[in-house]
Amino acid sequence: MLAMPRLSLDLPAIDVTDLQKRYGRIDALAGLTMAVGRGEVFGFLGPNGAGKTTTVKLLLGLARPTSGGGSVLGAPLGDLATRRKIGYLPELFRYQPWLPARDVLMLHGQLIGMPRGRRRAAADEALGLVGLADRAGDTVGKFSKGMQQRLGLAVALLGEPALVVLDEPTSALDPIGRVEVRGIIRQAADRGATIFLNSHLLSEVEQVCDRIAVIDHGRVVAIGELDDVLGVSETEIRASGLAAADLAAVEAFGSPSLTGDRLVIRPMNPERVPDLVATLVGMGARIHEVRTGRTSLEQRFIELVAQDRPPDGTPSATVLR
Amino acid sequence: MITIAWLTIGEAARRRVLWVLVALALVAVALTTWGVASLLDLGRREGVSELQLRLGVSQILIFIAFMFGFVLVMTAAFFGSPAIAGDIESGIVQALLARPLRRSSYLVGRWLGLAIVIVGYAVLSGLLAIFAVDVVSGYRPPNALLPVAYLAGQAIVLLSLTVLLSTRLPPIAGGAIAVVAYGLAWMAGVLGKIGLAIGTSGLVGLADASRLLLPTDAMWQGVVYGLEPAFVIDAIGDTPAGRGNPFFAETPPSPEIVAWAVVWVVVVLVLATSQLRRREL
Repeated sequence: MLAMPRLSLDLPAIDVTDLQKRYGRIDALAGLTMAVGRGEVFGFLGPNGAGKTTTVKLLLGLARPTSGGGSVLGAPLGDLATRRKIGYLPELFRYQPWLPARDVLMLHGQLIGMPRGRRRAAADEALGLVGLADRAGDTVGKFSKGMQQRLGLAVALLGEPALVVLDEPTSALDPIGRVEVRGIIRQAADRGATIFLNSHLLSEVEQVCDRIAVIDHGRVVAIGELDDVLGVSETEIRASGLAAADLAAVEAFGSPSLTGDRLVIRPMNPERVPDLVATLVGMGARIHEVRTGRTSLEQRFIELVAQDRPPDGTPSATVLR
Repeated sequence: MITIAWLTIGEAARRRVLWVLVALALVAVALTTWGVASLLDLGRREGVSELQLRLGVSQILIFIAFMFGFVLVMTAAFFGSPAIAGDIESGIVQALLARPLRRSSYLVGRWLGLAIVIVGYAVLSGLLAIFAVDVVSGYRPPNALLPVAYLAGQAIVLLSLTVLLSTRLPPIAGGAIAVVAYGLAWMAGVLGKIGLAIGTSGLVGLADASRLLLPTDAMWQGVVYGLEPAFVIDAIGDTPAGRGNPFFAETPPSPEIVAWAVVWVVVVLVLATSQLRRREL
């Protein structure tokens, strides 16, 4: 059981229960249950085909759930009026190629009911935010892929929406662009927006998200604050004079594995390192190096997904909450 | 809906193909005007009667209308078939429909925008052709707006069909099916005329059924009727030659079939909306 999130889930921005989506004979979502608090930067992770984009489409009303349901900003999934308060950058970001960038934003301003007099200023402000201020009058067709993704981000942030759903927002950006987007996401979060970040760039998620959910086979396999999901610490010791038969003696500290002269114990509370070292020395081992560390998100992600797929290929029913 | 209609008009206006079509229409009007003037000049020199000349001019106008009608139908298919399918394929629709925009408003907005473009094109090119021929020949159909309205109606019927197909089929497939359906409906109309001339009720029934399924041919009959001078209708209306001629109409389309065409368009748009609502994006 992971610790309670930092932000309150009393009035969640997103709250879905047992959401299921079937395409023919394929279960894209097989009972997804999760809540995202208001004001959170929430990372949504999963391997290809896990159901991430399907979830986003259900949240926005672009697809309908086969069963289950939930709410977004307090309204049922797909509620028309609520969409005024949601900004969305699709994974497939395409905008009218014949329109100038500013006009694309003004069109979206009109669609969300922004007063006519505010649209141009809001469009220019959003373009400035994503670094496209000097290209406002250029048609979208002339934009590079990265610029179109920036434009999509501007569209998503237009009018300061309460919920911003970003589906792979940096897939077409260079490293500098990615850093800038992380800043933009944090800036939006600072003004109180909830950010739902669908990404497979683990480093990106690790750097900007307050909480994450990992999904596989259409179900949440782990959800919680980043530190809690990553909370599995490990201790690696380089020692001589150890044999496989000695491992039983250190199992009290965690699950040990020995490769050559490297002993790794995971998970293990770092506070217990002196006791472990004392035990090993008592067994006659000679300690050359001790290193404690936290599992990387990448490693934890692989573990969670592997855990969800036992050898027979059937997804595990265990859901970490 | 109005936002999407304006967006669609703007999109069409920026497409080169529309302006190429406008340019071709102007060239066609110019060539036709020159042709009619030359023909009249030749006819008068050869001593052809004025009545025969007027008949000839009215028939030329009908042929021009047939050509314009075909161009309009192709324009409707060309613009209508990617209207929804193209936006879905490109992904443009995802950003739009994630906004507080009903799918029905989006679809009807797309249809309305294209309908305005097509009606505008039909009215301008049609009236220009009638006016130009009037200037050189002195012949003007009894009510110039009537044939143009039917010409536009024919294109609107086909546009509605392509928009319906566009909710389910890729652009090229939808456009091709719509054009083939139009061709078949026209052929059924021709067969119906032949059936009338030789008294075969089966062929007449086939044409009637075809007009109910796709009322483009009924609209075409309205175009032909509207371009004919009254004396032609009186002279050959009730003869086998008149009844069997696909470029002649003794009567305008009945009010019932015109009303059916309107209902048909509404039903097709309702069907299209229902298809789009059910479509997973």
